[in-house]
Amino acid sequence: MVWWRQPHLLRRTFLLAGSGSILLGALTGRGARGREDAPAAVHGPKIAGLPRDSSGVVNSGLAFGTRGEVDHAANGFDPHALLTDFDYGTVSRLPDGRRLREYEVVVVDKTIEIAPGLYFPAWTYNGRVPGPTLRAVEGDRIRIRFVNGGSMPHTMHFHGIHSARMDGIPGAGEAAPGETFVYEFDALPFGCHLYHCHSMPVKRHIHRGLYGAFIVDPDPERHPDQREVALSRLAGTEENARWQEFVMVMNGFDTNFDEENEIYAVNTVAFAYADKPIPIERKRPVRIYLINVTEFDPVNSFHLHGNFFDYYDHGTTLTPTLRTVDTIMQCQAQRGILEFTFQDHEPGLYMFHAHQSEFTELGWMGFFDVREQVA
Amino acid sequence: MSRARLLAFLGVALLVVATGWAMWWLRPVERLAGDAPPVEEIVVERTELDDEGILLTLRADGSEPVRIAQIQVDGAYWRFEQNPPGPIGRLQTVQVRIPYPWEPGALHRILIITQTGLSFEHVVEVALPTPAPGAMEFAALGLLGVMIGVVPVAIGMLSYPLLIRWGQRGLPYLLALTVGLLLFLLFDTLDEGFEFVALAPPGLGAGTLFGLLTLLTTGILLFVGRWGAGGTLEGVRLATFVALGIGLHNFGEGLAVGAAFTAGEVALAGFLILGFTLHNLTEGVGIVAPMIGRGPRAWVFPALLLLAGLPTVPGAWLGAFAVTPFWVAVCFAIAAGAILQVVIEITLYLLRRYEAAYASPAVLSGLATGVGIMYATALFVPL
Repeated sequence: MVWWRQPHLLRRTFLLAGSGSILLGALTGRGARGREDAPAAVHGPKIAGLPRDSSGVVNSGLAFGTRGEVDHAANGFDPHALLTDFDYGTVSRLPDGRRLREYEVVVVDKTIEIAPGLYFPAWTYNGRVPGPTLRAVEGDRIRIRFVNGGSMPHTMHFHGIHSARMDGIPGAGEAAPGETFVYEFDALPFGCHLYHCHSMPVKRHIHRGLYGAFIVDPDPERHPDQREVALSRLAGTEENARWQEFVMVMNGFDTNFDEENEIYAVNTVAFAYADKPIPIERKRPVRIYLINVTEFDPVNSFHLHGNFFDYYDHGTTLTPTLRTVDTIMQCQAQRGILEFTFQDHEPGLYMFHAHQSEFTELGWMGFFDVREQVA
Repeated sequence: MSRARLLAFLGVALLVVATGWAMWWLRPVERLAGDAPPVEEIVVERTELDDEGILLTLRADGSEPVRIAQIQVDGAYWRFEQNPPGPIGRLQTVQVRIPYPWEPGALHRILIITQTGLSFEHVVEVALPTPAPGAMEFAALGLLGVMIGVVPVAIGMLSYPLLIRWGQRGLPYLLALTVGLLLFLLFDTLDEGFEFVALAPPGLGAGTLFGLLTLLTTGILLFVGRWGAGGTLEGVRLATFVALGIGLHNFGEGLAVGAAFTAGEVALAGFLILGFTLHNLTEGVGIVAPMIGRGPRAWVFPALLLLAGLPTVPGAWLGAFAVTPFWVAVCFAIAAGAILQVVIEITLYLLRRYEAAYASPAVLSGLATGVGIMYATALFVPL
């Protein structure tokens, strides 16, 4: 819980708030109380109706946000665990010496709690939304055993380089309920990618939760000129271990099926990283794999408070495509890598959110909790 | 006889057992509905705005208890306290307190989202502080009630001396005018009543009740009106029932005005008073018309004035501080029934007394004038 969302403060403040009687404005000609407040903000008396914390400091965020807590255990996934949960698959060698990564992905229909007390009938890959973050290395052979345990036909359509047969669209790699399909292709190009269901109607299949991150780390051997950068991106290296890497899938949920989202989030649960900020070790750099799968809205965005970052659109380059920005936007399926550091900052809570204020206030916001040490 | 009883008993028992077995064994409802999500309905019955934010009184309806998951105000999630907490049973009410910094004069949209993701929107058209039930507010609303209810009717009734001078010749015209204005009020009452029917929770069956109550009221008043009067209703007695019908209508009007103040829907109090004055003026004429040539005593006039005009005052109080759309609809149904009764009575009186004259130019032009004046003056009422 963050300072501005503590319920006991909220309760106390509003119970203490004075109840100066309001006259029938229209007849008596007197306006509402609380409009006469502005100039007195610093030294004036406490004015009824303004939310203040226990020390008397005004705080308009006291009552903002969702109420209650999501049962992550019942959901089967925790948004905090999703941030760093990479699935490297089962690794083996092919006869020609190449690395083979094998994954199994099962579609499961599952009701998930996307905000406290609010349930959504999701279609999931492996019981979680977003689906597993599949991580491989540039040039690996990928083999995915795709089992459709759902009630509709589904596919896995990868944003990557593959043959038409492996495209994961109706007619090429679609599995009926109960059926299995095996996708096989090379992990190319390196970058921050995604996969999603491409069965018709696509809008509904994506919106119901069938999407996930597909990250291809660069192979340093193929990039001798930028070997150091590539090594920092490659999971398992000493250079990479320095980084604090997080996967963030920007999504939304239309709970009443009116083609507008009632909930916006990163990794599904509204305000998950506001209620419980993401701990960051001040001195270590941060890398975010950011993917937008939001339905119904043309773009989504990411804005970082008090800091700037370098951005690699699609993650397919080793030099930034944008330098020193604090806001980027992505259309649906657009993705990229953000790199930044708080090493010159003082510890504290640094907000991040979509800079569509609408999305922010409907759940897509969070905090980095920058500390000297992260346990 | 006992054999017939036994047969009847056995028949009923057999039916009950057979139906029970069929429901339990064949499960027709489950077969038809499958695992369809529960039907849910939430209706906001009262909105109050004060220093501490927004206070909603909600009534739930549905096939299962409704759980409120989250609430958005103006497209942002806002924390709230529900009292009593937990699921809301069918037709039960709860209060929801949202500490939202509402803005005087602004429009606010509230979206209540249930656990199944269904959403119910409630719009506060113009946010104004809800009058707290203090002495000052009662006095202010009471004064408003007098201004829109009693004063215009009094002015209308003051036309009596003029009307007497006109004498018996003008009576068919005046009575027809009264019927015209009452017809207008009847449809106006029905119209307003159905607006509140629409706001009431569907589970309460307010629409059906509205129709039945209207007709029931008419029937009862027709009976009461003629009790001991030898089957005719005229003179002061007829005027009394006209005043009663108008009074009930004005009570409903008061409820609507009071409720509108609470809901922040009245922006132009001055214009409202002017409109009602013009509008209700004609009502006074209608009340005195049946007494022309009957030489009523002087006290009759203030008595009828209070009967017709004063109900606006308690109406405004109740509307502002207590009443829900369902009860407003009930009040309008009773008012419509009372108006229908006097429409019937005056029409019968006209027919009986001026036998062949019911289609005369005097009657038709009176009707048209009554309806016309009421319609035209209604245009001045901004509600």
